[in-house]
Amino acid sequence: MMAVVILVCSLILMLQFFVSYCRSLIAASAKEPLPLEVQEVTGISRSASADDFSRVIQLLNLCPERPEDRSQLRVVGAYYRLLGFVRSTIALFAPSLKAWADRERALCAYFAAVTLGRRIAFSRNLLAQQMLP
Amino acid sequence: MPGPLQYFIWFSCTLLEVAVLVCAYRRQAIRQYFLLNLYISCEVIASVVRFEILHHYGLLSLNYAYFYYYSDALLTILLFLALSSLYSQVFGELNAGRYVQFGALFLLSATALFSFAVVQQSSAKLLSHFVFELSQNLYFVGLVLTYILWAAILKLRETRTRLIQIVLSLGIYFSLYAANYALRNLYPSMESVFQSLNPLIGCFLPFAWAYAFWRIPDDARLEPSRLAVIR
Repeated sequence: MMAVVILVCSLILMLQFFVSYCRSLIAASAKEPLPLEVQEVTGISRSASADDFSRVIQLLNLCPERPEDRSQLRVVGAYYRLLGFVRSTIALFAPSLKAWADRERALCAYFAAVTLGRRIAFSRNLLAQQMLP
Repeated sequence: MPGPLQYFIWFSCTLLEVAVLVCAYRRQAIRQYFLLNLYISCEVIASVVRFEILHHYGLLSLNYAYFYYYSDALLTILLFLALSSLYSQVFGELNAGRYVQFGALFLLSATALFSFAVVQQSSAKLLSHFVFELSQNLYFVGLVLTYILWAAILKLRETRTRLIQIVLSLGIYFSLYAANYALRNLYPSMESVFQSLNPLIGCFLPFAWAYAFWRIPDDARLEPSRLAVIR
């Protein structure tokens, strides 16, 4: 009985900590403006929509990888999938939860777009360094 | 002996722990988060000694089992104290450091007494089972304390991003361990499966702390109310 209580409490708290942790990763990028070229490529100007994430990730995969982004993207990707799962299961019975999940998914997409901007800048620098005599 | 994958996870975890110390040193955060870094240093030392014992006596030896569980209990106590140092940081402006230390010691003693009471009723190898029980209970108490700390962060509008990420990652780590221990108790026949998850869970904390020290500047701030799941 005690083990069941500990298990249930741990899982609920883990979910809360995980969501807050992912939000803390995303929060910093939410205020960052997108570079013009990213806005043109992704079609995202001020705010992203919930379904933009996969498209931006595809664009991200075309750019050379920045080692600094890798772990963050993995965590946010896992968070996006968790939100997708919540949206297609529990949120079916609670419309407010669906709206919340969509807002969060949009923030994930914006985070990915900011990362895309950083990768483009990184690729440019890399190219510039190679062009130097 | 452990397989290549287990060795890989073990070494990666130890490397990540070393990375935490290097990042903290480079970002001049050793003193500010002294107990956290002390805990990580002890983790590295324990990992090296465990490897030595494993190499000499083997995985199934009593020497390895005793050292593993006893060092794990000591490390959990140290992590518990590291958590209390985070409390001191959050409540620093309220001059509540003394009360926090007293509270932490009281909870530690209460958990030890509770664990002893549980073990005394049903165990022949009292000390060994006590050590295991204490670790398990401390993970759960640590989880509850981390949640209270998180609530305090939200209430006191603590804005230090690095501190927030350290607390949140500690919460994830404690909850993963507590859930794993609970599953081991619920399904004793699958103990080896759940036990093999321990090193993997152990990698999360040094990974998140290394990230927090390396990537988040000390002066970075964020609005904690944006992070709350329940408002």
